[in-house]
Amino acid sequence: MIMKQELQTDSVLVRNYVDGDEKALSTLVYRHKQKIYSFIYSKVLDRDVTEDIFQDTFIKVIRTIKLGKYNEEGKFLPWVMRIAHNLVIDYFRKNNRMPKFDNSGDFNIFSVISDSSLNVEKQLIKDQIDNDLQKIILELPDDQRDVLVMRIYKDMSFKEIAECTGVSINTALGRMRYALINLRKLVEQKNIILTN
Amino acid sequence: MAKLYTQESPKQKNLQPKKESIDFILNYSKALSVINCKDKKFELLLN
Repeated sequence: MIMKQELQTDSVLVRNYVDGDEKALSTLVYRHKQKIYSFIYSKVLDRDVTEDIFQDTFIKVIRTIKLGKYNEEGKFLPWVMRIAHNLVIDYFRKNNRMPKFDNSGDFNIFSVISDSSLNVEKQLIKDQIDNDLQKIILELPDDQRDVLVMRIYKDMSFKEIAECTGVSINTALGRMRYALINLRKLVEQKNIILTN
Repeated sequence: MAKLYTQESPKQKNLQPKKESIDFILNYSKALSVINCKDKKFELLLN
């Protein structure tokens, strides 16, 4: 009986499974488990996550077939692979904003925590950049400088800036735009490096 | 020699799901039955 099932095509096994033959599903799972599992692992590179997605893939397969929603148009394996692929995408979407653990080797504490404070060298560079920037801001025309300072340093909204300077929001936006264009020109002219 | 900091490529020899995962899938299939009621379908999970 098992030998006979091994020789049957996927579509025959699916049909048998629809008719209530649970062994047909078992044959399908054992036949394709390695391809599907390896495919998932090649994307997520984590054994535990792979096990979860592998299970979810077949839960979806079982539900779809039992609910009579599976159509014979496509082949069984490419269909299952597509389900697995979609679940992998869902997994990455869900985990996009979560901290990632690197479980490939030894546990590395720095994969979960990081020191965001600047070291002495970076602090010096930052101070230098701030200084350079303040000097070239002073060279901007008064109206542009006022808008830029209010927006960047005082964190005011364009509505507040417009009220404060007695101009329309559009004018304030325009001044900000020209302030940035002129700042870029000044940076180029004076050969100032504003990156660290 | 300079150290290489490239990521180690994953070893993918004979990757297989755990037996528990397979058992879970097969048991889930056995436990799940779909009941047709007029034009509606109900899923029933019997453990």
